[in-house]
Amino acid sequence: MKVLAEGEGERLAWMHPDEARRWMKENKKRGLIDRRMSIGEAVKRFTRDGDYFAMGGFGHIRLSMNGIYEMIRQKRRNLIMAGKTSVHDVDILIGGGVVDRIDCAYAHGHELRGLSPCGRRATESGSVKIVGELSNAAFQWRFRAAALGLPWYPARIMMGTDTFRYSSAKIVEDPFTGSPITLLPACYPDFAFIHVHRCDRYGNCQIDGTTMEDVELARAAKRLIITTEKIVDDDVITSEPGRTVIPHFIVDAVVESPNGSHPGNMPGLYYSDEGHMAEWLSLSRSDEGVKEYMSRYVYGVEDFEEYLGLIGGDSRMEYLAKLERLEVSLDAPWSRRGK
Amino acid sequence: MSYNTTELMACVASRVLENGKSIFVGTGLPIIATMLAQRLHAPDLLVVFEAGGIGPKLPTIPISVGDSRTFHKAVMAASMDYTMGMAQAGLVDYGFLGAAQIDKYGNLNTTVIGDHESPKVRLPGSGGANDLGSLCHQTITLMRQDKRRFMEKLDYLTTPGYLTGPGARAAAGLPTETGPYRVITQLGVMGFDEETKEMMLIQVHPGVTVDDVIENTGFELLLGDVRETDAPTDEELKLLREEIDPSGIVIGK
Repeated sequence: MKVLAEGEGERLAWMHPDEARRWMKENKKRGLIDRRMSIGEAVKRFTRDGDYFAMGGFGHIRLSMNGIYEMIRQKRRNLIMAGKTSVHDVDILIGGGVVDRIDCAYAHGHELRGLSPCGRRATESGSVKIVGELSNAAFQWRFRAAALGLPWYPARIMMGTDTFRYSSAKIVEDPFTGSPITLLPACYPDFAFIHVHRCDRYGNCQIDGTTMEDVELARAAKRLIITTEKIVDDDVITSEPGRTVIPHFIVDAVVESPNGSHPGNMPGLYYSDEGHMAEWLSLSRSDEGVKEYMSRYVYGVEDFEEYLGLIGGDSRMEYLAKLERLEVSLDAPWSRRGK
Repeated sequence: MSYNTTELMACVASRVLENGKSIFVGTGLPIIATMLAQRLHAPDLLVVFEAGGIGPKLPTIPISVGDSRTFHKAVMAASMDYTMGMAQAGLVDYGFLGAAQIDKYGNLNTTVIGDHESPKVRLPGSGGANDLGSLCHQTITLMRQDKRRFMEKLDYLTTPGYLTGPGARAAAGLPTETGPYRVITQLGVMGFDEETKEMMLIQVHPGVTVDDVIENTGFELLLGDVRETDAPTDEELKLLREEIDPSGIVIGK
C-alpha cells in the first residue's frame, strides 16, 4: 500500500497487535472472580502517573466522578487524556493537576454551557499540551481497531485538513478503490473508567440508553475500572444476557458508586446538576477559584458519599431525578450569564 | 412580532430542512432549528445525535449531544460507532455545523485562533465536526458573519468544505457528491457556486443590504440571484418561545 501522507501527531497508546494479544493473555482474568473493591484501591492498583487514559460516557454524561475525584485526591500526575468529547471530566482533572496532555478530539468546551475557563487557561498558557488532534469518529474507530486486535482501522474522514495533519493517522492509496483513505492507529489506553447503571460482582455490565464509545473502549483499555450505580445479583445479568455490553473478563475492578455521575447526567436516573456546573464554571475562572472548589469538594471530603452530602444529599438527588423524568423544568444559572 | 437574530437564524435554518431527510445535529441553534422544522413542515425529519440517539421525540433542548434528552422516546439508543457508521454509509443527509472561522470554500475552523502551538484562543477542536463535514451528503453552517470570521485564510482547517475548490474533496479521498450546502448568518444566506465551489450570496435578511454582507466578508463573495428572507412568522416565533425554548437558554430572553 502506498503511503500518501502521514500526520505529525505523536502516535500514543498504540501497540503491535501481537503485543496486545500477549497483554490480553497474561492480564485479563477469564474467570468469574469477585472484582469488587474500594475506589481508593482501584485507583492505587490500576492507574499510574504518566498513563494514557480514557473516561467512558460523554464528558458530562455517565461520568465516573468517583474515579475522577479519587485520582485528584491520590495526586495522580502527568496523565495524558483521550479527549473524546471531554467536557467536565477533563476540565476538573486539569484543575486538579492530574492531566497535563490531551490527545484532542473535543476538550476546552462545555457544549451548550460555553467554553471551559479552566481548561482553556491551561492550554493557552502552555501548562497543558495538545499532543494530537483528531475527530470523534477517529477516536471511536481507534478504539474499534484495538477491540478487534487490529493495527489500524480505515475511515473516510480527516482527509485534506489540519485535523489530519496534527493527528497520528496515515493516508494511503486504498488497494480496492485506488482512492486515498485514512488509516487510524489502534488506541489501547493504559486504563479507562466506565460508569454503568448496573453490574454483577464479577463486572458483567448493563448500560441503559446510548453506549457512546464504551463497548469498544472497554475492549481496548489495558486496565478497566467499572464504577456502577448498583451491584446486582448474578441472575439479573444471566436472565438477560443480551443486555450485557461489557463482560467480566475484560474488567479489572468493580466499584459501587451510587449517584456516581454527579454533577453529570445519568440517563434514566438523574439529570445533570446545572447549579453545581454553574458553580464550577464560575469558580474556575481563576486559579484561586479552582483551589477553592478542590478544597471544598475533593480534599475537604473523605469519600464520594460525603461529597454527595455536601451538594445537598438525598433531596438534591431527588430533584435531579425529577428533572430527569421531566417533572420539573430546568434551571440553568450559566444561561443567564452575558445574555 | 419583533425578533432577535438568534430567532431569525433558527427560522431560516429550519426552512432549509426538507421533510423525510435525516440530519446530524449539535446542541444550541441547530437543535432549535431542527425542532422547529419538525413542528412545521418536516414532521418526518430523522434526527441523529453522534453519541447514539436516533429518532428521539425531543422534549426539551439537550445540554449535550449525548444527554438523556437525545434518546427520549427515540427509535434507537445506539453508539458513536453506529451513528458515524451511518453517516459514512450514506444514511445521513444533512449535518449542522458551527465555526469560529470560515473561508470561501466553506472550510471551517473550530480548533484554534492564532498559532496551534501557542494559541491566542483554544477552541474545543473537531469533535464530530470533521466527521460530519466529511461524511454527510450536505452540510449547513450556522455562524456569525464579520471580517474576522469570514476570511481568506483560516488559522486552522478543522473541517473540510470544498477544500481548495472543484474536485478537491474527491481528490483528497472524501466521499463524492458531498460538501457545504448553505451558510446561514445574522445577515443572510449563502450557497456555493456549482462550478467554482466558491461561496455565493443568495439571500439577505430583512433590513440588510447586499453591501452590508459584502462589508462583513473578508473574501470576494459571489453574488447570486439575491432575494430577501421572509421575516419569521408569528407561528414560528410562538413555537420557539413557548414550546421549544421557553426558558430562553438558546434564543435568549
